[in-house]
Amino acid sequence: MKRVQFSSASLPYLYLLPQLAIIVIFFYWPSVQAIQSSFYLEDPFGFSSTFVGLDNYTDVLESSSYAEIARFTVVFTLLVTFLSLSLALLFAVKADAVLKGSSSYKTLLMWVYAVAPPVAGLMGVMFFDMHIGPFLKFADAVGWDFRIGLDYFDTAFAMVVISVWKQIPYNFIFFLSGLQAIPKSLREAGAIDCRSGFRRFWTITLPLLAPTAFFLLIINMTYALFDTFGIVDVVVKDKAANNPITLVYKVYMDGFRGGDIGGSSAQSVILMAVVFVLTIFQFRFIERRVHYN
Amino acid sequence: MATITLDKVRKVYAGTMEAVKGVSIDIADGEFIVLVGPSGCGKSTLLRMIAGLEEITTGEVKIGERVVNKIDPADRDIAMVFQNYALYPHMTVYNNLAYGLKNRGMPKAEIDKRVKEAARILEIDDYLDRKPRALSGGQRQRVAMGRAIVREPATFLFDEPLSNLDAKLRVQMRVEIKRLQRELGTTSVYVTHDQLEAMTLADRLVVLNKGNIEQIGAPIEVYDRPASTFVASFIGSPAMNLLDVTSDDAGLKLVTGTGLAGAASGLDRGRYTLGVRPEHLEIADGAASGEGLSLEVTVNVLEPVGAESFVYASFADGGPQIVVRVSSHARHQPGEKLYLKAMPQNVHFFDADTGKRID
Repeated sequence: MKRVQFSSASLPYLYLLPQLAIIVIFFYWPSVQAIQSSFYLEDPFGFSSTFVGLDNYTDVLESSSYAEIARFTVVFTLLVTFLSLSLALLFAVKADAVLKGSSSYKTLLMWVYAVAPPVAGLMGVMFFDMHIGPFLKFADAVGWDFRIGLDYFDTAFAMVVISVWKQIPYNFIFFLSGLQAIPKSLREAGAIDCRSGFRRFWTITLPLLAPTAFFLLIINMTYALFDTFGIVDVVVKDKAANNPITLVYKVYMDGFRGGDIGGSSAQSVILMAVVFVLTIFQFRFIERRVHYN
Repeated sequence: MATITLDKVRKVYAGTMEAVKGVSIDIADGEFIVLVGPSGCGKSTLLRMIAGLEEITTGEVKIGERVVNKIDPADRDIAMVFQNYALYPHMTVYNNLAYGLKNRGMPKAEIDKRVKEAARILEIDDYLDRKPRALSGGQRQRVAMGRAIVREPATFLFDEPLSNLDAKLRVQMRVEIKRLQRELGTTSVYVTHDQLEAMTLADRLVVLNKGNIEQIGAPIEVYDRPASTFVASFIGSPAMNLLDVTSDDAGLKLVTGTGLAGAASGLDRGRYTLGVRPEHLEIADGAASGEGLSLEVTVNVLEPVGAESFVYASFADGGPQIVVRVSSHARHQPGEKLYLKAMPQNVHFFDADTGKRID
């Protein structure tokens, strides 16, 4: 790394200022506000607020619907992370092995990444639609009475599929470049040392991909927890009713639809804490097993 | 232990680019063969076809009595040392050595015995627990060698294994590779572009050019009787002097006009390439007499390299520059006139069109 000497001591901070300003305005300030309002009971129009201590937290944690949504969020996050990582890895390995026309495969697999989450959600909803959705024909054929928006499981199924579909290209790009960074001679040495391609993958390729996979694990967890908001919103069409929703969506529902600013803030603080703990856990226990070259 | 037989082996890339053009070599059991040639001559491709890392377009590769064209690299009973060593960066030195054995289902005790033995031979016992990134270039090279040795394969394949080392280490490892190969008696194929490495290591040299074999033979044989102008200019440093000459009733002369005395006996009229090595030219006292080649040149530059010096000189009428080896004590000034002599047995003639040797 090359060190740059600045003529004035304050100049580097000036360069950092735009980035810091964005972080402070859009991250720290709202976070502080959320923590603050989580201790107050506010009326929906913002005319008055009363300090209620930890009441908002106890309400949230004792509510059975919150526990239910938390359970779904855990299952949803694990499924989306696992499926989008493993499918992307599969595609990347296959695309990497293709010699002819590989660039067109790569482009085809990557373009989905350019689709915004709500648009992806909309495309997914149309795909699974009860009247025009092509998926329904397939579901019919195997005797599955598929009803998105009405049946809890079916809606959850659609949400997972759309979220995974949306995230695969991102993971794919990283996995593919990770695979291409493995020296050719290393694979060849492996080919001479080990006959089974499957075993080679587990003992050589995957360990060398571990730094990429670890990075993607954190990104995908965060994606499944937060960035799927747009997809959830489009699928449940603003009316959660009996449909599955994630914790982030509940924060939005309670705060902006239900007008419960205090409760919603408490939920977002809990979510922040969970992600914080999760990230620390990942760095402490998973990263140790990662080999950085 | 095994023989290797290449029979009209060809490699064609993308339907048109012919990298290897029908190469046949018989390699004896325990022999050390060096494939040498400039980059792009097909030497690495040939090695990789023996290893099974490259598909064979046509022809046949046999290791022992077995045709291996369709056999997986892991099943060919070969071990390969790569130019960049290709050590597994996430494994310790011990596991790098053991990996190929584990995958072949060898008992743990046997693996341990072999790894320890190889580590002892290569003096890498102290690094067995380290990862490759904590090793120096020379140590990595030894680990790469170790990975080949523990397998006790029928054949060692070396793909320019020393070209990433510094000059001193390269000489040291060269000697060591030679010694190891002698001790183990394993048939070896070694690829290099370095003619000095080729000369010192090989039992037999295979000089390749543009996908064809130019010459196969013991190093000294190739040096003494190069089969073509290509071999003559590739083997030996500095390269053999090659002069375009014509032969007629009056004798030999350079195409530029200067007459050359001697050494022309028995040549038909026509154009030839005359070759003479810098070390076979001697400085004579005066104008030529007697048999052998005589040249009259003017010194351009004297280049001392320590143990010896090289004189770069040219003919009166221009023409090609000629290199002469002289003793390190020689003091020749630019502009000085020199008379050079070469014994007839040290003067080579090649066909001017095909470059092939004429005896």
